[in-house]
Amino acid sequence: MIVQPASIDELAEVVPAHARLRVRGGGSKPALSSPLPGVTTLDLSALTGITEHTPEECVFTALAGTPIAEIERTLAPHRQYLPFDPPLAAAGATLGGTVAAGFNGSCRYRFGGIRDFLIGARVVDGRGRVITSGGKVVKNAAGFLLHQALVGSCGTIGVLAELTFKVFPAAEAHATIGVEVGDVASAVRVVASVQRAGIDLEAIDVVPPKRVWLRLGGFRSALSTRVAILQQAIGPNAMVLYGEDDAAVWRQAADVSWAPAPASLVRVPMTLPVLPALDLCLAPTHAPRRYTIAGNLGLIAWPDTLDTLDTMLRDLGLTGQVLRGAPERPWLGALAPNAFEQRLRTVIDPDGRFAGVPAGR
Amino acid sequence: MDRDDLLAALARLVPPERLLTRAGALSAYESDGLTAYRARPRAVVLAESADEVIGTVRACHAARVPFMARGSGTSLSGGAVPIEDGIVIALNRMNRVLRFDPEARVAVVEPGVVNLAVTALAVPHGLYYAPDPSSQSVCTIGGNVAFNSGGAHCFRHGMTANHVLGLRVVLGDGTVAVLGGDSLEQAGADVTGLFVGSEGLFGVALEITLRLVARPAVYRTVLAAYDSLQAAGDAVSRIIESGLLPGAMEIMDRLAMDAAEAAVHAGYPTGAAAVLIVECEGDAAQVAEEFEQLLRILSASGVAHTHIAADDEERARIWKGRKSAFSAVGRLSPDFIVQDGVVPRAKLGEALATIEQLSRTHGIRVANVFHAGDGNLHPLILYDGREPGAHDRAEVLAAEILRLCIRLGGSITGEHGVGLEKRAFLGEMYNEVDLDCMRRVRQAMDPHGVANTGKKLGPPSGATASHGLHPLERAGVISRA
Ligand SMILES: Cc1cc2nc3c(=O)[nH]c(=O)nc-3n(C[C@H](O)[C@H](O)[C@H](O)COP(=O)(O)OP(=O)(O)OC[C@H]3O[C@@H](n4cnc5c(N)ncnc54)[C@H](O)[C@@H]3O)c2cc1C
Repeated sequence: MIVQPASIDELAEVVPAHARLRVRGGGSKPALSSPLPGVTTLDLSALTGITEHTPEECVFTALAGTPIAEIERTLAPHRQYLPFDPPLAAAGATLGGTVAAGFNGSCRYRFGGIRDFLIGARVVDGRGRVITSGGKVVKNAAGFLLHQALVGSCGTIGVLAELTFKVFPAAEAHATIGVEVGDVASAVRVVASVQRAGIDLEAIDVVPPKRVWLRLGGFRSALSTRVAILQQAIGPNAMVLYGEDDAAVWRQAADVSWAPAPASLVRVPMTLPVLPALDLCLAPTHAPRRYTIAGNLGLIAWPDTLDTLDTMLRDLGLTGQVLRGAPERPWLGALAPNAFEQRLRTVIDPDGRFAGVPAGR
Repeated sequence: MDRDDLLAALARLVPPERLLTRAGALSAYESDGLTAYRARPRAVVLAESADEVIGTVRACHAARVPFMARGSGTSLSGGAVPIEDGIVIALNRMNRVLRFDPEARVAVVEPGVVNLAVTALAVPHGLYYAPDPSSQSVCTIGGNVAFNSGGAHCFRHGMTANHVLGLRVVLGDGTVAVLGGDSLEQAGADVTGLFVGSEGLFGVALEITLRLVARPAVYRTVLAAYDSLQAAGDAVSRIIESGLLPGAMEIMDRLAMDAAEAAVHAGYPTGAAAVLIVECEGDAAQVAEEFEQLLRILSASGVAHTHIAADDEERARIWKGRKSAFSAVGRLSPDFIVQDGVVPRAKLGEALATIEQLSRTHGIRVANVFHAGDGNLHPLILYDGREPGAHDRAEVLAAEILRLCIRLGGSITGEHGVGLEKRAFLGEMYNEVDLDCMRRVRQAMDPHGVANTGKKLGPPSGATASHGLHPLERAGVISRA
């Protein structure tokens, strides 16, 4: 069964009327949102629209079902952008779905992720209560930061109905540097060394086996000087891309087009020092993969059953989040039960309406 | 367990020299940076390990006696005023860095580590800890976490919540939970973010994983003097509209500036009505261009005078003046209230004009120091506590300023927290459904309501602690529901 509320009031009314609910935004992360037997799909694609945008404030508020693409179109004329670089916009990702999945893009490296730019939300709890958390100003220490706990909650705590973000001015121009390396170990060394080169980067991605992508943004007039400094730090194996060539590299990253279905898409939060060990396990499988955000996030296109990957991640103490693939298995690898999160659930969702798939976390 | 049993239980946890119960020893813990409030705890535990904290929390939970974690006691909202007859868990001695990994860019610290010590540790590796409250040379990371503290560089870098990646906490009933981790990216619900800013109401942070960032290669800092506060505020709006992204934008009015100048000789222009400090940061080529554009904007903003910091030393002096403004104002007045409110940035001018108006109507001097880039006001309300009724009158003015912030669509606190001081105003910003949710979340984390009882959400029904009347209650301005 599918329900499709078109307003927050309707949403609040509909929630208590269904025993089990699964929230769906644009469906771009199907493992989190595709229909499950016995579970009502709560389709938020009609709960859409930017409700407030004050460009001089660098703040906007939008309903959860608003497509990322629409928000980007609204911000662009004001030379503003979403610094967390939300992926899958072309596939229809919505603002709410992006927040619920906690899915940041490569260029979040520069200024921060969703958690750093979300300043408030209206949340519908499991009893249909509409709760306001945070506010519409960039700094606010009143109340609890409940909205933060919904980042990455995958729709299993409460329903994000409306979100308020601060945004940043967009860079005037960009350049991309592609570095050819011998192997993943040297890629890691490049990542470490460019982070110390004294140049602020927008993105640092490693694409095994032999590629590191760097992106800079800023004033057009300063770009070539900055690129030259980086080239010096990197050495001769660097190519520089501007304009459409630069944009294409990052569009591909944002679309995750290197990981076509039917492979599962798995998101793995990590750190740079564990990258070599993880890649050592993955390399023999030939699974397409990309390490973004200077080694803080692994994205893996997994062609097989998820069991092997599950074991691999568990052995490394890492957790994987399945964004595309079998919906009955949203989490892989190391899963520590968390008393704090469990208690929060009992408050926001006392009846277990959003509890997730039965085999879940 | 009754109360005497509690003291006996605590005596089993820590040696006698670290369990303070005598009046003389307790008096140092009676208040915090908001000196108008005072309360006498039953005992202070000088904790040296996480296990001692956990043991203390469990004992308090069992005895249903409130406890309060204390860092350096610099809270400006009464957050670190003890609960009458409750237990204080002093964390200053828990000041070890447990892990420092420059490659992963994280430091795991105990809660009593002082803010600035983290940066001192990281700087040799080209890194630093970005949040910089003015109190950073004394305040602790635990206190910063509790209040989601800010500072001068939030415009670009955000608050404490944006720099805490993971936590190990003991909840109000003694349960230990691990939240988040080392990565910039979270797996699952970002509960770390929810713990930050909870003002000690969920429990005590035992270990904190901090994100370190690359130190900007270059800083360029300019002082711009204006003939009116409004003009300085308008300049900030113009900078934001232009699409520049300075690291900091701070304003001080004449009263605050003169006090700071007298205290630290920062080199502020004398005679100006307001000074705006703007700082650009980043790599050299980018900053050079940004700074040039900034100067162009400033020169078209009706500025009376600009002065560019010539070197690091001068920059440090400018910041020293700004960061000592609160205490410097102490030279102007025997007592003052540091207020903390937020308005949308575009409404700064309107807010400042109204505050000036209120100051005149009440006949109370107000000095203004604020994080202009964030719309975060810090009106300093000057009074003489020896004058009968003066404190209460100052509180009435403070209340009007907070209501102004709410009316303009802002917040009753940007970074100092609700504490004791603003409990009555939370209900003016959030409705009953929101407040009820906050109370229920609190109750889930702390079923007996013993963690920092009475702060932020107000006294729970049937609380063991009782406070004297809030001055605003005595003045008849607020009342308890
Ligand atoms: C001169 C001056 C300037 C200031 N400037 C700023 C500024 O620029 N920006 C800003 O945001 N603040 C500022 N402050 C306010 C204050 O310094 C901050 O709120 C700071 O974070 C408090 O740290 P502390 O160690 O003193 O904590 P305390 O005052 O001891 O405690 C503050 C609160 O935190 C709780 N707490 C402490 N440790 C823990 C823990 N481990 N776990 C759970 N709860 C805990 C306490 O119970 C209390 O409620 C300033 C204060 C002063 C006096």
